[in-house]
Amino acid sequence: MNFLPLWRYRDQLIDGTIVTLELTVIAACFGLLIGTAGAVALKGRVKPTRWLVRSYIELFRNTPSLIQLFIVFFVLPNFGLKLPAFEAAAVALSLYFGAYSVEIIRSGLDSVPRSQIEAGQCLGLSGWQVFFHILLPPALRNAYPAVTSQFVLLLLGTSLASQVAADELFHVAGFIESRTYRSFEVYAIICAVYFAMAMSFKILFAVVGALAFRWPRRR
Amino acid sequence: MRSFSFIDFVSLLSALRWTVVLVVLALGFGAPLGLGLATGRISRLAPLRWISAAAIQVIQGVPLLGLLFFFYFGMPVFLGIQVPALVAVTVAYTLYTAAFLGEIWRGGLEAVKQAQWEAGACLGLSRWQQFRHIVGPQALRLSLPPTVGFLVQLVKGTSLASIIGFVELARAGQVVSAATFQPLLTYAVVAAIYFATCLPLTLWSRSLEARLDGSR
Repeated sequence: MNFLPLWRYRDQLIDGTIVTLELTVIAACFGLLIGTAGAVALKGRVKPTRWLVRSYIELFRNTPSLIQLFIVFFVLPNFGLKLPAFEAAAVALSLYFGAYSVEIIRSGLDSVPRSQIEAGQCLGLSGWQVFFHILLPPALRNAYPAVTSQFVLLLLGTSLASQVAADELFHVAGFIESRTYRSFEVYAIICAVYFAMAMSFKILFAVVGALAFRWPRRR
Repeated sequence: MRSFSFIDFVSLLSALRWTVVLVVLALGFGAPLGLGLATGRISRLAPLRWISAAAIQVIQGVPLLGLLFFFYFGMPVFLGIQVPALVAVTVAYTLYTAAFLGEIWRGGLEAVKQAQWEAGACLGLSRWQQFRHIVGPQALRLSLPPTVGFLVQLVKGTSLASIIGFVELARAGQVVSAATFQPLLTYAVVAAIYFATCLPLTLWSRSLEARLDGSR
């Protein structure tokens, strides 16, 4: 066991880590946008869109992320949409994360009892006021744990992007291994970096959650 | 060059059996280990609680792909032995399954009220008997839906074994795609086979959730 030969590649490791974080944040943002739009559509009255969102969810949650990535990267070019590796990974992961987000956000919204919304309406609040002051805060608090743990799974899932040669952390690992032949050390380090990132986010989310959602106990 | 034909479909379908083998192996080894982790997490011995909590955190904080590469490429070099792909893959999926099932089952065990343990103790049951006859069955009822839900994750997760060259459904898809130059059709069929495998599990999990309503 000798970790020293890897020290030369620290810059690549840092670059890979940054790309991994970028990919995670981009996919999370677009995924949450899809999730919000999808949840709104599921609550809406238009049947075809509800049906469309439902099939999107079932399709993306019941097939492997890897296959979805392959389809975006290898199949879409047949239709004239040739995406570079990073963009293809971002699209595939956004869609995957989005399918889970829809359900999480929908169940967050559903967790607020109808009577609270009616109570707000009785107080003469407008639709937007009811949404922002009554529906949103408890819905956010109830969805928060599921969103954050899904975010960590997304972070770990970005390692799949290495399979279409996006320059993220896991791809860097393969590169270093091919140069040094030190597979044990390389993958031990890579796993440690992912673990450090996952733990940092878990702690960050716990702190933010404790600060942002402490209101009910204060009253 | 040949085009995608019925024989390719058959070869994809028959590759599904290796996906199933992986799932069965992962469950066969992972479930007992997961049960050990779950009971370790609620043990009265503090060090046992810490060790199982740490094990779960570490495995859940590392990508499944990282586990696979570590046990397939890393470990054999470190130990200086040759490890067959199936063994490395089984070890990785066993740990993955154990960590997730351990956490799910711990949730189920903790959801059963403390008073149930105490009631068992009052009846003069040993700690094991309390678990076996009182708390365990109730926890099982609570954690069955998420366990089946995890099964879907596991089936999808076995597709990563393709990356280290293990020929299961996803790998067979790559092979067929390369041979026929028809990635669209091939990956659509592969996705459809996964979908046909996972959807029944998802629906089963959902109906269990409705039927075994925990709030009852």
